[in-house]
Amino acid sequence: MPVEYDVTIIGGGVVGTAIARELSRYQLKICLLEKDADVASGTSKANSGIIHAGYNAAKETLKSRLNIESNPQFDRIARNLKVPFQRIGSLVVAFAREDISKLKKEKEAGQDKGITGLEILNQEELHRKEPEIHPEARAALYAPTAGIISPYLLTIAQAENAVKNGAEVRLRSEVVDIKCDSGAVSAVVLKDSSELSSRVVINAAGLYADEIAALVGESYEITPRKGEYNLFDKEYGGMVKHVIFPMPSEESKGILITPTVEGNLLLGPNSNPVEDKEDLAVTREGLEEIWEGGRALYPDLPAEGVIASFAGLRASLPGDDFKIEALEDPVGFIDVAGIQSPGLSSAPAIATMVRDILADIAPELPEKLTLREGDFDPKLKKLPSFQDYQEKLDKWQDIFLQNPDYGEIICRCEHVTRGEIVAELNKEFTSPTLNGIKRRTRAGGGRCQGGFCGPRIAEIIAEELGISPLEVTKSGPGSEILWARVKDVKPDCDLVYGLGEKK
Amino acid sequence: MMREHQLVIIGAGPAGLAAALEAEKAGLEDIVLLERDEYLGGILQQCIHNGFGLNYFGEELTGPEYAERFIDDVRESSVKIRLKTMVLNISPDKKITAINEEEGMIFLKAQAIILAMGCRERTREALKIPGTRPAGILTAGTAQRFINIEGYLPGREVVILGSGDIGLIMARRMALEGAEVKGVLEIMPYSSGLVRNKVQCLDDFGIPLKLQHTVDYIYGKQRLEAVDVIQVDDNFNRLTETKERIECDTLLLSVGLIPENELSQDMGLKLADGSGGPPVNELRETEIPGVYACGNVLQVHDLVDYVSEEAEVAARGAANFIKDSLKKREKEIIIEPGRGINFVIPHKISYQDESRKLIRHFLRVDEPRENIKIVIRDEAGSQIARFGREIVTPGEMETVKLPESLIPEGTGKLEFSIEAEGVEENGK
Repeated sequence: MPVEYDVTIIGGGVVGTAIARELSRYQLKICLLEKDADVASGTSKANSGIIHAGYNAAKETLKSRLNIESNPQFDRIARNLKVPFQRIGSLVVAFAREDISKLKKEKEAGQDKGITGLEILNQEELHRKEPEIHPEARAALYAPTAGIISPYLLTIAQAENAVKNGAEVRLRSEVVDIKCDSGAVSAVVLKDSSELSSRVVINAAGLYADEIAALVGESYEITPRKGEYNLFDKEYGGMVKHVIFPMPSEESKGILITPTVEGNLLLGPNSNPVEDKEDLAVTREGLEEIWEGGRALYPDLPAEGVIASFAGLRASLPGDDFKIEALEDPVGFIDVAGIQSPGLSSAPAIATMVRDILADIAPELPEKLTLREGDFDPKLKKLPSFQDYQEKLDKWQDIFLQNPDYGEIICRCEHVTRGEIVAELNKEFTSPTLNGIKRRTRAGGGRCQGGFCGPRIAEIIAEELGISPLEVTKSGPGSEILWARVKDVKPDCDLVYGLGEKK
Repeated sequence: MMREHQLVIIGAGPAGLAAALEAEKAGLEDIVLLERDEYLGGILQQCIHNGFGLNYFGEELTGPEYAERFIDDVRESSVKIRLKTMVLNISPDKKITAINEEEGMIFLKAQAIILAMGCRERTREALKIPGTRPAGILTAGTAQRFINIEGYLPGREVVILGSGDIGLIMARRMALEGAEVKGVLEIMPYSSGLVRNKVQCLDDFGIPLKLQHTVDYIYGKQRLEAVDVIQVDDNFNRLTETKERIECDTLLLSVGLIPENELSQDMGLKLADGSGGPPVNELRETEIPGVYACGNVLQVHDLVDYVSEEAEVAARGAANFIKDSLKKREKEIIIEPGRGINFVIPHKISYQDESRKLIRHFLRVDEPRENIKIVIRDEAGSQIARFGREIVTPGEMETVKLPESLIPEGTGKLEFSIEAEGVEENGK
């Protein structure tokens, strides 16, 4: 039987999809496997969404190099993939006099690494940039190259672009075993017992990278560290203009405040180790912790402005650096593990590094592999979104005239039309769940949180997929939103009222 | 292309329907009714229980029956109806931008506008309950739509948080469909719904109402698995020793309704404290002349009968505005809520009207009390009217009809307050 895939990537996070997109430049048969119902279902969906300038990590680390290499690439990536990205700059804020010397050291270290534009702001300059910051904030390290991005939209767009260039992305495909043949990987086995043969396996499984590595006899441990967040209403989005960090500690960059690309305000994360890799529960203590952190930077943060609380897990590896390398035994297995912060900021350079590793090991594979460039289209077309047409409604009329679905508003709060939802559901790569649609179109993500449009979106998903509404889920199997038909005498038929003629 | 109309009504729920009919009765011939859903009647269409119409029609109807009486008349009338039409923006000079699947972008200009957008439910996010974010947590109204309109039951083992009327109604509805309703939790020491709903929907079905209880934690990765229920003391402190885990696959929320005023705010209207709607005068006219608000967008009503009546007041106001037949008072009278009262509607009295004998006021009290008097005082602090009540509670709207003849000449303010034992007197 011929080998099905040249490369199989395990994990549809920002890293796995960046790798899939990068490799889709070449004439390779690529398959990306994601265990959940959508890409960006783990660490990539719940993080700060920051593209760091790159001065934090020690110079000799991999994460420092890859972050700094990646940062300038984001303008082009965001433009090509139609992902919202804003280079708003970051500020590390000092309150104590003695911290100012630490900021200066950070600045010098950053300049030494080649980061441009770093500047120490005095109290007056800082308060001019951030009028509502704590009055006692004394100075700040300003990094103009830092930015914000939507981490899940980036991940989704990378997957879409990879698919556009010939890669396959399989959702709900959990890997349970990896088969080897005479010292080289030969296939992955999925939970449903199906087997996919592949010359190369790339482990980008995030929190589960250790479990995937164990399948080929490797031993390391990923510890989940939880970070909790509060999201504020757009009403308060203008309160903060930059990514605001406190003075960093040994373990983390601290509890930060940042605007999001959607115009909300995001506060978090704390950092607490947890046992369970699925523990996404928000805790009372955790919320208090980030709240205190937030108030220390912005004393006027409004408690009533919080519209959502959520948690994410970092995939933390001892040694505190990324682990990106090919194994010698078995050959054909590449680890991309321990990608915690600044993983999002480093994803583009991680992908090119993996490509180089792949090129290196290609000649050693049992069946040789060559990286030949193919026709690569780096761009995605942006589908019409009513939100983008608020200032040019006459242009929207043209879109409507092509397809009346673009005139029917389904989500009242975010003004999303049926046309947008149907278009997303009919993309080559999509996730036909309520959460999948919410992330891609914002339908159901507004003030009423799907209270009004939830039933209608469920109906559209059912219609487009030709399934029963009972099969529609929030985020994949097990999260069905409906239990049963009411008075189920004639399933899926409209009931006839009154005394119909008996036949 | 901008089309001009006499009156545009935003929303075809009970408020919008009643307003349209009354405006036609008052002589308007060019009325447009815009509705975002695919049918007329609004939320009434999913309220298949009875209890509607006792005041307005003198008989007990279901929600759809109540709506149908208005819908039949509107269909017979000259009112132009546009369904599935979402209003996107209204400018202060009464230009309306809307969209629908028949015409695409729609631009209208109106001489007068009636805002009748209704309200929406508060969501889980407003409550900040710790735990996970699984499927199976929905507002009571969404569950009601799933069951009564779409024909699907959202779950089998149910906990209901909040004792708002929709929560109580849905406790019974889910029980009737065979779900196990494990209880209704209310953080306050009293039910926030109508007494009759507590009796008919909980007591009659043996569903417990746990006062001073709330949900403390949510469990479940994909679908809801359980909630922690906890008791609170009078200061809302959690009594951790009372914490109890209850298995359930569905959590319904009935924790308050929010008047849906995004359009009103976009046009520059401020919202009043307490009611959550724009301040209005006795004709339900907002701060923008010729723009009226009625029904739940103005104040969340308990009874649809009052919504219909309020809409008729607004419609007559709009008709008189268009015909320019209104006479302003020399001095507006500001109405202020005093002790024990959260808000009073209207917020002011602006017009002179010799034919009018009574002005009806709606008000909500801040906590339950017995044997009290609703007292109205003028600017000088003199009592001009008082109304006795055996029981008042925040869950039941109070109305009083103030005879116009009792309002002293020249007063610029009326204060409504609760006076009785236990309520501090205001110095008089």
